[in-house]
Amino acid sequence: MSDARAVSTRAKMRRVRALIVKETRQLVRDPSSLTLGVALPLVLILLFGYGLSLDVKSVPVAVVVEDASPQAAELAGSFQLSPYFKPIRLHAMADAQELMLERKVDGIVRLRSDFSRNLALGSGAIQVLVHGSDANRARIIQNYVQGAVGAWSARQAAEGETAPSIPVVVQSRMWFNEANESRYFLVPGLIVIVMTLIGALLTAMVMAREWERGTIEALFVTPVRSAEILLGKTIPYFGLGMVGLALCVFAARILFHVPLRGSLIVLVVCSMLYVLVAVGIGLLISSAVKNQLVASQLSLLATYMPALMLSGFLFDLRSMPTAIRLLTYVLPARYYVALLQTVFLNGDVWSVILPNAGVLAAMMVILLSASRAVTQKRLE
Amino acid sequence: MASDTQPVLRGRDLCKTFAVKERAPVQALQGVSLDIPRGVLAALVGPDGAGKTTLIRLAAGLLRPDSGSLSVLGFDSSKDAQSIQDRIGYMPQRFGLYEDLSVQENLDLYADLHGISVEERAQRYPELMSMTALARFTDRLAGQLSGGMKQKLGLACTLVRSPELLLLDEPTVGVDPLSRRELWDIIFQLVHDRGLTVLTSTAYLDEAERCSHVIVMHDGKVLTQGDPKETAKQAENRVFVAAPAQGDSARALQARLLDDGRVVDAVPEAGRVRFVVAQTDADLTTPLQGANAEPAQPHFEDGFMILLRQRNSAEHASSITLAKHLDLGEGDIVVDVHDLVRRFGKFTAVDHVSFQVHRGEIFGLLGPNGAGKTTTFRMLCGLLKASGGTLNVAGNDLRRAGAQARQHIGYVAQKFSLYPTLSPRENLEFFASAYGLRGAKRDERIRWALEQFELEHSAEAVSSELPGGYKQRLAMGAALLHEPDLLFLDEPTSGADPLARRAFWRRITALADQGVTVIVTTHFMQEAEYCDHIAILDGGKILAQGTPADIRQHAKTQDGAGSMEQAFIDIVLEARGPRAAEQAA
Repeated sequence: MSDARAVSTRAKMRRVRALIVKETRQLVRDPSSLTLGVALPLVLILLFGYGLSLDVKSVPVAVVVEDASPQAAELAGSFQLSPYFKPIRLHAMADAQELMLERKVDGIVRLRSDFSRNLALGSGAIQVLVHGSDANRARIIQNYVQGAVGAWSARQAAEGETAPSIPVVVQSRMWFNEANESRYFLVPGLIVIVMTLIGALLTAMVMAREWERGTIEALFVTPVRSAEILLGKTIPYFGLGMVGLALCVFAARILFHVPLRGSLIVLVVCSMLYVLVAVGIGLLISSAVKNQLVASQLSLLATYMPALMLSGFLFDLRSMPTAIRLLTYVLPARYYVALLQTVFLNGDVWSVILPNAGVLAAMMVILLSASRAVTQKRLE
Repeated sequence: MASDTQPVLRGRDLCKTFAVKERAPVQALQGVSLDIPRGVLAALVGPDGAGKTTLIRLAAGLLRPDSGSLSVLGFDSSKDAQSIQDRIGYMPQRFGLYEDLSVQENLDLYADLHGISVEERAQRYPELMSMTALARFTDRLAGQLSGGMKQKLGLACTLVRSPELLLLDEPTVGVDPLSRRELWDIIFQLVHDRGLTVLTSTAYLDEAERCSHVIVMHDGKVLTQGDPKETAKQAENRVFVAAPAQGDSARALQARLLDDGRVVDAVPEAGRVRFVVAQTDADLTTPLQGANAEPAQPHFEDGFMILLRQRNSAEHASSITLAKHLDLGEGDIVVDVHDLVRRFGKFTAVDHVSFQVHRGEIFGLLGPNGAGKTTTFRMLCGLLKASGGTLNVAGNDLRRAGAQARQHIGYVAQKFSLYPTLSPRENLEFFASAYGLRGAKRDERIRWALEQFELEHSAEAVSSELPGGYKQRLAMGAALLHEPDLLFLDEPTSGADPLARRAFWRRITALADQGVTVIVTTHFMQEAEYCDHIAILDGGKILAQGTPADIRQHAKTQDGAGSMEQAFIDIVLEARGPRAAEQAA
């Protein structure tokens, strides 16, 4: 009895191995798969790493100083010294407004004529106007201004020029990305994109191709079981996903010096979970449509676009409308982005890692068993 | 395991219905019962949509019947499909090969999937290789093999282990007569030497005739099953061959016979007409017009046609009437090809080919896959530039006045090349505009095409959902919109069933009678009989040219008794010389 089982397990292993060998050969010979699996990640890494930058530096601002006091002059001077600003010193608000309208400056910092008097009374007020057409940038500029003012008042306090209970003190800090280097979060985000493309898009396409070319029909009428066919597809693309991951991590560490504050093991395990989730989606899509073109369109729409837009990679989840934010909870990319950003920039924060990885694991189980259930050795 | 006396395949009252979007469901099988005894070679024949593929897929456990029972090798196909799939070999219509894997890799994959040990392979592979003559190509990618070789590889993959039942779904579609013969030799050998049971569907009735068991299907029902000789017997005393009387032509005689309601079938045969009558005592003096009809030995095909006509649903073979009367200047040379050469790099695809086609003639270009037929065609249509030689079409030198020549040409490509998402009317409208037809003239031509090709009732349907025969008629209609006097047809009947092919040739001969010159390629050697002249091409060279009767003279062996197919094979094999002998061995 156990002998028979051992024989059947060996036969099973042999069939799965044959399918993996076949899939790998096809993968290596098909230029389009290789382009998608290896060349595209490389291009994206270089593009995102060197070309695309969300950094906000040398922001042109108009500093309108209507007060002739030394405090005002010094505050204005602190903008001059900051690498984040390219200030233009003005004396009339009207000129500043003009520049703002022409979009020659992105913000106005106004020190009214009663600035130093009010400061002495303990309620110094600075008017900050920011060009709001790009909300993200506006918020960053606002923070910079507060930072600069904060730095100034801290200096003032240290020099004992003003009372320590100064009201203008604003505490604002960028956490985890102290230098505000967008590469720090773009490169980890890139891993999501690459994993999604390999896992979902490529798998959906190669499986749909088997249907389209009728090869699956011949495969079905052999001793091979449907679970073995799925394994034969999953394992090679899982492997390719890991190659993509290695490329991305290598680029992140060596080319762009992105810190990896968590452990590599956690990163790899989480990525494995996500690739399997993506493969599951790809398998489901291909078994539903059985046509390469539709399968690729559908997987781009269902996985790549959300991974780009709704995962928290490019746009902050909290600033999204509630309905869309709720939608992001069903997207696996959301959890993976949270995991990646934590592991890269924050460290092994288990309170973040465990729940997110748990959701991914659950999704993986559901998606893979669903694709197992829908892949029957039948043509209906 | 089933005992030897039990049938290998036993089906009872099988029904299968497919849901179709926004339309009535298709009843693919309506109460099919059949038995296939052990060790027989069984053929499944019938028109397109008869349910042949559905039945084979049911047998392979790929589909589940809606009702009825099907047992294969003693296993219930709906409950125990895997046990069946562990024991049978199955070749789907597209062979199931991985085109980006080599011949050897494809074989290894299937050997692994079937769990063939290394020792078994060492014995099996050389056997398969010598059987299929693929030994020299083991490193070649399957995608780079010719159609015939792909097919043999597909068969080899299903034979890596000895199956108890072999299922083949139209294995010879689009394959030249030579490769077809080779494949059948392999199949006969398997049945004869190893006692294998084979069930194959086919569009070739001569293939069915060579099987020991035939199942004739139509509209999801079995019309008859058993020995093909029994089916042929139905036509006993009803088959005749008539030579046209002096001053009459075989084509005109055939047309008159087909138009007679008492005639079931009429096809050309070596300058004469072979026909089947509905009743043995029919008096056919009127259509025969003095031609002397002699009784002939009935074939399976004759019985098959009688069976289908009895169902009264056989597609009526309609003629066609041109709107414009073409000038019938007999003897005008419409196509003059002299020393035509086409090279692709170092490879010479067409090697000094010369032929002439006269007005109103049907000229057949025959040859194995890769002989240079399609390349010649493309040059004639002005789609490809010639590397050398002269090419005169409808009085225009194609090398100088290609555009003018193209005005005279209609072209029907091998694959359905109209827009699948547009309706037939929209497709015709587009092609009419493309040919520069406008206003009332355009509307008139579209009306003509819809009417002549009997597409009025499906003018607004989606083209891709039309049955094969309709698509082909639509393609012909589109090619004739601008009233060309020269029509090119590239394998127009590949994959079409016997009825659709007859309907097609009825129109082609009518066109030729009205002065349209037709140049056609085909793999059906019986169809070559419809041509006035034939050229047989291989390796880019013309091997033989002449009337069908001339070509038949080349048949050497007794086998096939001087048939067109035998003549074709003999001509090609002789020209190929030692290489061919090695392949045939």
